[in-house]
Amino acid sequence: MVNENLVKDAVKEPYKYGFVTDIETEKIEKGLNEDIIKLISQKKEEPNFLLDFRLKAFKKWQKMKEPDWASLGYKKIDYQDIIYYSAPKQKEKISSLDEVDPKLLETFDKLGIPLTEQKKLTNVAVDAVFDSVSIATTFREELADHGVIFCSISEAVKNHADLIEKYLGTVVPASDNYFAALNSAVFSDGSFVYIPKGVTCPMDLSSYFRINSGDSGQFERTLIIAEESSSVSYLEGCTAPMFDTNTLHAAVVELIALDDASIKYSTVQNWYAGDEEGIGGIFNFVTKRGKCLGKRSKISWSQVETGSAITWKYPSCLLLGEESVGEFYSVALTNNLQQADTGTKMIHIGPKTKSTIVSKGISAGNSKNSYRGLVKMGTKATGSRNYSQCDSMLIGDQASANTFPYIKSQQPNSEIEHEASTCRISEDQLFYLQSRGIEFEEAVSMMVSGFCRDVFNQLPMEFAAEADKLLALKLEGSVG
Amino acid sequence: MQSKMKEPDPILEVENLSASTDNLPILKGVSLTVYPGEIHAIMGRNGCGKSTLSKIIAGHPSYNITNGDIKFLGENINSLEPEERSQSGIFLGFQYPIEIPGVSNLEFLRVSTNARRKFLNKEELDTFDFEELVKEKLEIVKMDPAFLSRSVNQGFSGGEKKRNEILQMALLEPKIAILDETDSGLDIDALRIVASGIKKISNPQTGIILITHYQRLLDEIKPNYVHVMSDGQIIKTGESDLALELEEKGYEWTDNFIKET
Repeated sequence: MVNENLVKDAVKEPYKYGFVTDIETEKIEKGLNEDIIKLISQKKEEPNFLLDFRLKAFKKWQKMKEPDWASLGYKKIDYQDIIYYSAPKQKEKISSLDEVDPKLLETFDKLGIPLTEQKKLTNVAVDAVFDSVSIATTFREELADHGVIFCSISEAVKNHADLIEKYLGTVVPASDNYFAALNSAVFSDGSFVYIPKGVTCPMDLSSYFRINSGDSGQFERTLIIAEESSSVSYLEGCTAPMFDTNTLHAAVVELIALDDASIKYSTVQNWYAGDEEGIGGIFNFVTKRGKCLGKRSKISWSQVETGSAITWKYPSCLLLGEESVGEFYSVALTNNLQQADTGTKMIHIGPKTKSTIVSKGISAGNSKNSYRGLVKMGTKATGSRNYSQCDSMLIGDQASANTFPYIKSQQPNSEIEHEASTCRISEDQLFYLQSRGIEFEEAVSMMVSGFCRDVFNQLPMEFAAEADKLLALKLEGSVG
Repeated sequence: MQSKMKEPDPILEVENLSASTDNLPILKGVSLTVYPGEIHAIMGRNGCGKSTLSKIIAGHPSYNITNGDIKFLGENINSLEPEERSQSGIFLGFQYPIEIPGVSNLEFLRVSTNARRKFLNKEELDTFDFEELVKEKLEIVKMDPAFLSRSVNQGFSGGEKKRNEILQMALLEPKIAILDETDSGLDIDALRIVASGIKKISNPQTGIILITHYQRLLDEIKPNYVHVMSDGQIIKTGESDLALELEEKGYEWTDNFIKET
């Protein structure tokens, strides 16, 4: 069976994205101060408003304290020991993909993201980000024909400064939290998407983030704006090499949906998780938030979080527009010594707003997996509704699962529903499947994907299959 | 050459089998041989070890074999994994079929059937071909195709679960089927359907072990041999009339029998 071979391959190669690309990079010195921020801004030839934005954020960050309320266990991060800008050396101006360093193209090839004209994925436009910079974006002309802007945020700063100035930091202000402030000060690259009024984006857009260097942090920034009556589906994938040190990834994602616009944002996060003893791995401390500004606008987050030593993120929706809709579908899988504290915030501000939360947490090994979520009904959110379902699955007897649902309602004429369940894969279930000729590992993965089905159904097709395989590989050897 | 007179090889040989769970002995020297075409019934009180015997033959990991052997088609299978036993043709019909939320019954049946087909060097079936095969087999147990799109056994009634078990037996075409209290929880009509299904699936090359408390299944499927188990041992073996005698006299009769021996 195909599955069986997959599992066997996985044994030989526990994390198949763990390679390092040997490429000449331009790095700045370690450490963080105003001069470093000025240097980053200068390298990116940024306008003054952005340098101001960064410096203000930095000032705020210096006054803030690193939060510890999530009781995640990790060694203190030395922010002066991180490189804040690292980029592969390339020719100054690249006019076509053919001029991209073949080593970089090869790297993305190996990751299953071919970028060249001949091999590129046919139905998805890709923005490939390598360490601190975007190296290529496919299908730009085709998208431009529809008025869709899809490019790196650095390019957007140069070519669409008005949009950046208008929207950057309006959903996640620099002062929002410690890691958002840090990101606002030092963000290097990321993706920018603008869908004009009335346009349904003709293909899925995707960003692929690759951390290559071991001593630099990754601080990407993504901004998606959907104008009135437009819609877009955006996918995000992430991998990193195996290093025995921890790498900080502190991204900020901001989504803005105007009247009748809809944004679907899907993530398959597979950063390096560290080894079985918990050495190495990515600290994935990310702020993701969407603002449903317009009436009947909709923002839907779906995420499959399988990687990172620590995942700490709450993709959220601010539901301002009347009848706007927020959704959060999540699968978070932790194994070995991984920790995940993830969930969402649904802030109902406008009337008749609706939100749905479906969270599936799977904990194996000695891992810790928590759902933490806030549902808030503001004073004006009359006739608003929320439905939340949080299920946990435990594999083995050393893993832990927690659910922390916070509910705040200031509007009596609103409804909040919360369901939660915890289950364990039982020996009887496994024996039943095995006694029907189904191999042990396959039996586990069948049950896990069954558990996650509600969420996988929300993912774009190619992603759903990928996610299924990913979970099977991650669980290899975790049972019994 | 006396090939004409040669006895067929046994399908299953259980030889002086002792087994325990959590150091508690459950089986204390069970021997049983099943030849092709034979139907054996195992009867006995709750807790006498009959379900344990069936689980051990299927390879349940909670039990340790402390002595004796299980041979299937002449090969010792003591250390085979449950899936290997199933693939090679051992089928256990569960007394309490397990619910598996989220896993589609159709997909489960297909993966299971293909695992057996692969072992038999038969071509594995894609979803379309499998749906045709399964529809044909559904007839045998008169099951509604709607059950295929539900999660494995989830929310099935007792009778529906048992039919789903026999459906699996029909798909897997085992060499030997051990049916653990397949008759329990069935009304008379369902019992007839299940029994006629079992009869349709079995053939002169297969063996069947029926584990049951009651005569009524044996009225439908007449066994060649009846074994009475008590305290982890087979204490009496006879032909089909032994079941009738047991029905009449009750298990107390076998208690006396133990005292006598």
